Amino acid sequence: MSPMARTATVPAATDPAVIRNFCIIAHIDHGKSTLADRMLQLTGVVEQRAMKAQYLDRMDIERERGITIKSQAVRLPWELDGVSYALNMIDTPGHVDFTYEVSRSLAACEGAILLVDAAQGIEAQTLANLYLAMENNLTIIPVLNKIDLPAAQPEKYAAELANLIGGEPEDVLMVSGKTGVGVEALLDKIVRDLPAPVGDPTAPARAMIFDSVYDSYRGVVTYVRVVDGQLSPRERIQMMSTRATHELLEIGVSSPEPVPTKGLGVGEVGYLITGVKDVRQSKVGDTVTTLHKPATKSLGGYQDPKPMVFSGLYPLDGTDYPVLRDALEKFTLNDAALVYEPETSAALGFGFRVGFLGLLHLEITRERLEREYNLDLISTAPNVEYEVTLEDKKVLKVTNPSEYPVGKIAEVREPMVSATILAPTEFVGAIMELCQQRRGVMNGMDYLSEDRVEIRYRLPLAEIVFDFFDILKSRTRGYGSLDWKADGDQVSDLVKVDILLQGEQVDAFSAITHRDKAYAYGVMMTGKLRELIPRQQFEVPIQAAIGARIIARESIRAIRKDVLAKCYGGDITRKRKLLEKQKEGKKRMKMVGRVEVPQEAFIAALSSDESSKDKSKK
Amino acid sequence: MPSVLPLGDPAPADGILPAQAAVGADSRPFGLYAHIPFCAVRCGYCDFNTYTARELGGGASQDEYAATAVAEVRLAARVLADSGLPARPMSTVFFGGGTPTLLPARDLTTILRAAVEAWGLQEGAEVTTEANPDSVTRDSLQELADGGFTRVSFGMQSAVPHVLRVLDRTHRPERVPQAVAWAREAGLAVSVDLIYGTPGESMDDWETSVRTALSYEPDHISAYALIVEEGTKLAAQIRRGQVPAIDDDDHAAKYTLADGLFAAAGLHWYEVSNWARTPQDACRHNLAYWQGADWWGIGPGAHSHAGGVRWWNVKHPTAYAGRLQHGQSPAAGRETLDAPTREMERIMLQTRLAEGIRISSLGPAGRREVPLLIAQELIQPAAAFRDLLVLTLKGRLLADAVVRRLLPD
Repeated sequence: MSPMARTATVPAATDPAVIRNFCIIAHIDHGKSTLADRMLQLTGVVEQRAMKAQYLDRMDIERERGITIKSQAVRLPWELDGVSYALNMIDTPGHVDFTYEVSRSLAACEGAILLVDAAQGIEAQTLANLYLAMENNLTIIPVLNKIDLPAAQPEKYAAELANLIGGEPEDVLMVSGKTGVGVEALLDKIVRDLPAPVGDPTAPARAMIFDSVYDSYRGVVTYVRVVDGQLSPRERIQMMSTRATHELLEIGVSSPEPVPTKGLGVGEVGYLITGVKDVRQSKVGDTVTTLHKPATKSLGGYQDPKPMVFSGLYPLDGTDYPVLRDALEKFTLNDAALVYEPETSAALGFGFRVGFLGLLHLEITRERLEREYNLDLISTAPNVEYEVTLEDKKVLKVTNPSEYPVGKIAEVREPMVSATILAPTEFVGAIMELCQQRRGVMNGMDYLSEDRVEIRYRLPLAEIVFDFFDILKSRTRGYGSLDWKADGDQVSDLVKVDILLQGEQVDAFSAITHRDKAYAYGVMMTGKLRELIPRQQFEVPIQAAIGARIIARESIRAIRKDVLAKCYGGDITRKRKLLEKQKEGKKRMKMVGRVEVPQEAFIAALSSDESSKDKSKK
Repeated sequence: MPSVLPLGDPAPADGILPAQAAVGADSRPFGLYAHIPFCAVRCGYCDFNTYTARELGGGASQDEYAATAVAEVRLAARVLADSGLPARPMSTVFFGGGTPTLLPARDLTTILRAAVEAWGLQEGAEVTTEANPDSVTRDSLQELADGGFTRVSFGMQSAVPHVLRVLDRTHRPERVPQAVAWAREAGLAVSVDLIYGTPGESMDDWETSVRTALSYEPDHISAYALIVEEGTKLAAQIRRGQVPAIDDDDHAAKYTLADGLFAAAGLHWYEVSNWARTPQDACRHNLAYWQGADWWGIGPGAHSHAGGVRWWNVKHPTAYAGRLQHGQSPAAGRETLDAPTREMERIMLQTRLAEGIRISSLGPAGRREVPLLIAQELIQPAAAFRDLLVLTLKGRLLADAVVRRLLPD
């Protein structure tokens, strides 16, 4: 048994030979955070009593959803054969929306633990991250987690992992983050198998930023991996992409609480504090050097984050607009990928068009805004960015259907993705049908094992941002997994469909769709609204139109009765409470002309068709 | 009275009321409601607090019930006096249920006599009992009249056998005219209750019921849309698809039909679900509920009101009887309404009345709605010009929507 290190290594004076930098690649729910917690305990950096489940996931929302949004790095002391080592565990986000962040975290490591749930097998997003890790020449340690579960099938999935990355099934470590079984052996294996970092201690300093977090007390905390040279406190540092310089107020390592140090040397991982207030000044992927001895060549790999999915965010209560504005401003301090601009909707009032990396990024951001700022928000159906060329050759970028130009359009291009779907072979037919419906073109198919298949499609991004993943999940009984990456754009025959309530256009329901799908959208949306909008004291026609041409219509009949028959002595209290509830409900109504539309109708109308059908069946 | 009790504050064991109950009591009429929690059969649509014979014991059985109710009358008189409310003779009394006439007439008159001894009865007071046409006889009705009752309300519900079957009503329709005639003979004013919108009831069925009820020439008719309450047998049958669901449009059409036929026969609406031959024939006890009077409700699950304090008794008859046997108040919970809540109730209740509500008494938000309500034909313009908000026929059918618009923001 390996004891925890008796003498910890000293940051800034640690031989790279005793440093191991690694990350954990895992799918949501496969137990990464629990394993990380167990490592914190075993290495003694977190005392038992201070242990909160999933220590590294600081935000409540992360803890509740069991996913990690922002990565952190922790220095763990570990002793093997009498030598003290410093293990830097770099926690990575597990979701496809954050691929770029993942790639930067991977670039900070020499090795990766491939953590797979022994009851579920590998998932598409994990596979995608595994490819990234292998591309970065990381040494992979395959690990099956949750071997304590009755449903675990370690032999089966060990064979699958060995088949994927090479090696023998026996090389796959078996652990349980929950009970701690196998975790010490894993720490030993990290020391033995992972290469030590290599760098030139005498060269000009170069450190890669792999994460950047806003802290309301300390400003931006930048997480770096030093490649060459040394960083020291009170030095002036320079960001190589912008040439901006900052004074290094504090430098240190996470353990997992921040501990200031005398600096960071080759191969070390830690944090920098410069007093800047906006993560945009400390961009993930950028290279940090020193002003007095600057490097000439950056480490490379830096990209500006590019939003792929756009949605309008509106406060239910219009008076909350300033709160939403301030909240978004604060969020962008911590999320360089988030972009927004004000927008006005006739139906929803004042709000913002916000760009996200993907749908999960949207959902998480929205949920955090609601929770942390006590806001009730409506988000409009997600859109992609279309490139519209007018007949006069003018080119417009359209992220909101209401900005879609009227008439005289020469060409519309839409963004495409290449998607990889993993699922048991029995679902191949269902997946192909779904992808064809979504205008996909098949790129290939491979069998991972006898009963698991990888299917590759090129699809319009617009076809997968809305409800594709939910439907994929439901049609594969939860077994299908998806990964995608941007893959250029293509010219498509697109039109804008408007929805009119009592003759008034409701911009929130407008959509840009393929011409072949416009009618179906019109019928679906008018039908949905007919179900969702309560009957009013007058008849309400609902129409779908392309320009002036009506393509679908429905109508909500006027309500004729809204009165409780009996209201005697014993009914009064109950009736009054009902009335109070209805009055509260009325506050949650949006007026479209004279039509009262419940917020729920907006939310339900804008949510996935298939999943809302499921709900109404219940 | 629906069987689910509201959530409120706990009530003290001695039943003493908060001080607010006594404020202004001198100027408010006082009435008594007596709940009789027994039925021969439990109807499929009914969620009232009622029990079939011999389900109960321990002071709660049919045989012992009158004595238990009398005990609450005496407790009530004491609690009101101890709470600083003046002794006021009763202006109205109403026995409801359940089926009050399942008890021998003597039991009902015994309870009434105890109340009269406790508070006195105003000259010309209205004393009503509900009755099932099957559970009265010429003699029993005469005995009620002799014992002080002035009015009887028959639960006719429908004249159509297949509709009565869905409602689980066991009486034979031909019993009703007989019972009405006996009541008249005894000198009692007569009301009949109808229910419309029962699953399977056609428009013709409903018209038959209305015309049949009118042929008895009652002084008063109540007509209620069938409400399917959660937890009833009927709700379960609808959920399982054994019985068609309730349709509000059908209710609206039937209400409209009935209102026309009632009016043609000389019965005029005075509340959303109530019609009377003359203003004097209106049920004064029910008007008292809508006009904010005080009343004490005796019996399990019964609600009471005094000056913006509402309270209700424990629901189960055995628990109820047990409390009284120990000399404790049977009140289970209560609420003391603040001024805005009382105002909300006032608007909610008075808007339902043909006498209307003073427009000038509404808040600015409510007053702003008035022109729009006129334009939408929901309230009567001529009345509005006289500062009264009175619903039109269309408005009565949408009364709850109108009330929501009249409430302060």
